[in-house]
Amino acid sequence: MSLRATARIAADADGSLPVLTSDGPLALRRTRAAVPGWTRVTVVGAMSAPLGGDRLAIETEVRDGARLRVDSAAATLALPGRSPEPAAYELRLRVGGDAVLRWLPEQLVSAHGSDLRVRTDVDLAPTARLVLREEQVLGRHGEPPGTLVSRLAVRRAGAPLLDQELAYGPGASGGWDGAAVLGGHRATGQLLVVDPAYEGAPPTARPLGESAALTPLAGPAVLVTAVAPDALALRRILDAALDELAPE
Amino acid sequence: MTASRSALLVLADGRFPAGGHAHSGGAEAAVKAGRIRDAAGLEAFCRGRLHTTGLTSAGLAAGAALGLDPYELDAAADARTPSPALRTAARRLGRQLIRAARAAWPGPELDALAAAFPRGAHQPVVLGVTARAAGLGPEDAAHCSAYETVGGPATAVVRLLGLDPYQATGVLARLAPEIDEVAARATAAARGGVGALPAASAPLLDITAEQHAAWPVRLFAS
Repeated sequence: MSLRATARIAADADGSLPVLTSDGPLALRRTRAAVPGWTRVTVVGAMSAPLGGDRLAIETEVRDGARLRVDSAAATLALPGRSPEPAAYELRLRVGGDAVLRWLPEQLVSAHGSDLRVRTDVDLAPTARLVLREEQVLGRHGEPPGTLVSRLAVRRAGAPLLDQELAYGPGASGGWDGAAVLGGHRATGQLLVVDPAYEGAPPTARPLGESAALTPLAGPAVLVTAVAPDALALRRILDAALDELAPE
Repeated sequence: MTASRSALLVLADGRFPAGGHAHSGGAEAAVKAGRIRDAAGLEAFCRGRLHTTGLTSAGLAAGAALGLDPYELDAAADARTPSPALRTAARRLGRQLIRAARAAWPGPELDALAAAFPRGAHQPVVLGVTARAAGLGPEDAAHCSAYETVGGPATAVVRLLGLDPYQATGVLARLAPEIDEVAARATAAARGGVGALPAASAPLLDITAEQHAAWPVRLFAS
């Protein structure tokens, strides 16, 4: 049986969580924040999902002035299901005025035979800040990848700031493993930092080693894009970028 | 709409003076990194570029040819181009194209676009408006854009690797059915408006564009 589940989070400026609703495999826990003044939520239950046909969603609202960190206890593993339909995983994130969201989940692993469509929609107020990491790992150790299509659309003050779709695996269009897209790498990820403070002085674009780059977007934001042979090497690159751009 | 097939040939011709020959579409960086060594590597590169950047560009071009708002399309192109080196290249190519386009098919829409974007609009947006001015349709603009996505790198790799030009042309011929498919998908999406445009992206093209831009000496501008 495929399932539908939508978990919901809302964070307030006073540190409270007026909404914290787990659903199905998406179990949410309030956890202890490492930094005073922050609220932290950990997704503890998504390990064995999504399976083919599942439709999972997390809706997160960071209200004006709130500071929220969301992370996960383990990697999310996309697995084949009994349904031939692809699984869907939707993240809808809204960040209000003077609010901050640090969205730092563990990797998404696309297991052999799986078929997953991820959609991350972010709506930012003009004074909102965001730190968002996404990591995709193509196949568990030594296995060929499943099919993974992941769209990341970020709007700031209603205008598009970043819109990208990545598609890999046997169900993707041709050339995804060629020299233009992945070039044989099996892990890829991005770190996005949106900060109105970049408006006047954005960081300069530069390569980060052989397989990553730091790029200021057309708006007040920086994107680090990386490819790597495996999840560990990828995390090393993105952790270094996180420490530099937006330490906790 | 009865589009002029010959106008499409003029616009798509590599001799159309729009500056595309100075850009390798990421192929120069891929050759230097050893990721393109032969015709097979070129084909995999071109196929990947076609289904990512190519689809996205073709969607923007088709949208502009349909008459969607160029400001919205240009903002959509910015959001789809995280690399500043590639945004700069796209605007420079847009500026060069509009100069040639206004000479070839003068008209108020191209004049207005040039006035609205003195630093150049993203090239696919200009291409779409140019197609309109030439009496062409969204499918034509999408075809033209998708074909450029692979034609540029193929020509560049002939120069960079000394690849046999017959082999490079063979790569393009083998990709032709997929170029048709990408153009059709892009056009269908553009009919749904700016919000429905494709956003397919290619991590290595974004990463290597910044490496390439930092080289002191290079044969191609991008």
